[in-house]
Amino acid sequence: MARRRPEPVQVIKQRRDAALNALVHGVPYINFLGIEFDRRGDELTAILPYDDKLIGNPLIPAIHGGAISGFLEVAAVIGLSWATLWDEIERGEMDADEIIKGHLPRLPKTIDFTVDYLRSGLPRDAYARAKVNRSGRRYASVHVEAWQDNRQRAFAQATGHFLMPRREV
Amino acid sequence: MDKAKIAKQFIAAIPHSRALGMELTEIGQGFAVIEMPYAEHLVGDPVTGVVHGGAVSALMDTCCGAAAMSHPSSPAGTATIDLRIDYMRPATPGQTIVTRAECYNITRSVAFVRATAVDDDADNPVAMATGAFTVER
Repeated sequence: MARRRPEPVQVIKQRRDAALNALVHGVPYINFLGIEFDRRGDELTAILPYDDKLIGNPLIPAIHGGAISGFLEVAAVIGLSWATLWDEIERGEMDADEIIKGHLPRLPKTIDFTVDYLRSGLPRDAYARAKVNRSGRRYASVHVEAWQDNRQRAFAQATGHFLMPRREV
Repeated sequence: MDKAKIAKQFIAAIPHSRALGMELTEIGQGFAVIEMPYAEHLVGDPVTGVVHGGAVSALMDTCCGAAAMSHPSSPAGTATIDLRIDYMRPATPGQTIVTRAECYNITRSVAFVRATAVDDDADNPVAMATGAFTVER
């Protein structure tokens, strides 16, 4: 039996990016903070471009702790959601075109979220990467790290637990 | 100028808190109440219109910080060391979220704070938080 010829790389990439884009930009709060995601294969990096409205202490100046935790939580939720969607799309259980058309999958719900503020957030762009430590049928545990100029010097980290959305089978 | 007035103006001077529409309605000796009216840009779930957890965290963080600063043993500013938030239920879309924070213990270097967030159904908290804040000297 002849194997089906794989789709051209550009078609696959375009579809994956469009699905991620629809997922991220469907959320008003993410757009308000101005968060973007950089995708390399299944790995995501969240980017928080600096903006004056993120400032918490105008004297230092430093990014607001709330903006940092919001950024970390967005990175965790999207990272977790994307990790599960990626598998579903790859297995053919989920149609990426449906997401692009605006049929957005339900997002995981935060049960609890704990943030460590390691250094003050400077008025620059910030980056974050989420690691899904455990993802079960109902619960997931995710760790996130955020940094600015230097990847080795995280300025905040967080761990959160999430309730996974029910999937109709 | 009294401390309450300073704190109120300080909150108003925080760009991020202003961008989220927060308003400090009460401040005392180690406690603070801050409200955040419902707004479109705070939404985290476009299907249900529920406010994003991140916006609730920002509200909790600001309120806990204000409570830490307003404590009689706190000479000046503060910064968050850590903050844990438990989300008990989604806030009802359209309703203002009100957070009350209390600094229940303070040492020379650390202020311990807890907070509760509610919407119109005040007997059923939306979220609760506990955190540690620095005491700046």
